[in-house]
Amino acid sequence: MVTVLTETSADEVAGSPGESHSNDELWLSASDTAAITGWSMKPEGFCKDDMCVPTPLGEADKFVKDDAINVSAFWELMGRPVVRSEAADVWLLGEGANLRNDALVSLEAPDFTLPDFDDNLHSLSDFRGKRVLLITWASW
Amino acid sequence: MFETIKNEDFMILSVAMDADIEAARPWIEAVSHDFITLIDQNHLLSSLYNMFNVPQAVWIDETGRVVRPVETGGSLDVVKEYDQAIPGYKPEVAERAARAKSIYIQAVKDWAVNGKASPHLFNPVEARNRVPAMTTEIATAHAKFQLGQYLKRNGRADEADAIFAECRELHPDSWNIYRETSGRTATGLAAGEEFWARVKGLGDKQYYVTIDMEGMPN
Repeated sequence: MVTVLTETSADEVAGSPGESHSNDELWLSASDTAAITGWSMKPEGFCKDDMCVPTPLGEADKFVKDDAINVSAFWELMGRPVVRSEAADVWLLGEGANLRNDALVSLEAPDFTLPDFDDNLHSLSDFRGKRVLLITWASW
Repeated sequence: MFETIKNEDFMILSVAMDADIEAARPWIEAVSHDFITLIDQNHLLSSLYNMFNVPQAVWIDETGRVVRPVETGGSLDVVKEYDQAIPGYKPEVAERAARAKSIYIQAVKDWAVNGKASPHLFNPVEARNRVPAMTTEIATAHAKFQLGQYLKRNGRADEADAIFAECRELHPDSWNIYRETSGRTATGLAAGEEFWARVKGLGDKQYYVTIDMEGMPN
């Protein structure tokens, strides 16, 4: 089993279905990949919504084998951070700097959902219609 | 500090960048409950908004558009003038910091009341020019930080500490990463000798970047 984290999720899934692999690769089944990341294989490549990343020519089996997808390889191909624990039992699929910069330059405030101290969730988008001063602090 | 702002078109969303909820709880219980306070254990906002210190603020209008990109939330860059012998700030320094804070709060109040007519809003071009650029190193630091926090919460503190050390190297300008992952004093502050050495090491760089606002002291 491996734990796969994204910025907003944590899932425990079977890793590397049907394949032996190195600790540097995260292979997931197509269904786990879709459930965790929203990305899936299509004839055009690795796709989510209207974005597609073509599999590099002649290297298809480094990225896809049978039902399994080398998610870490696609993540690196997209220039997104993919980091893991020493034992490769916990992985994090991060968001890339380009995506962040595009979002910030669009001036659309990036949405997020976080808990209050009573564990109720709130999203920035819940407050549409109001002017919001978003301000951070810390105890340290 | 914003207690007196009451306006149904305006709200304050305060976010505690604290991996340790219990460390933050007494702070929030000590202040007014007029605004919503959220807790961000993984420093998601650092990653989303390219934040690197507290307090930092973003002004967001009624339609969800950023009208003042991320900036220092009212603090003046006086940290380098902290006097260990007092310990504290000399009166003239404290006065300057209080003046900066007051100017910032007045500006927030003006925006809360006047909305679009506020003179403190940036137009889209000005706002875009003030968005700090994220690098691959910074994005990787945030990813590793979240991985480290997960490991730490799951009883793997040693592994987490090694990852946090990498985060500090990847994003050396982030006080959020540094202070969250460094040793604390008896009072829970990440402000020991190493912190002050790091502040001294800033050289010409600022700890709190001066707020781009009319009348703001340096």
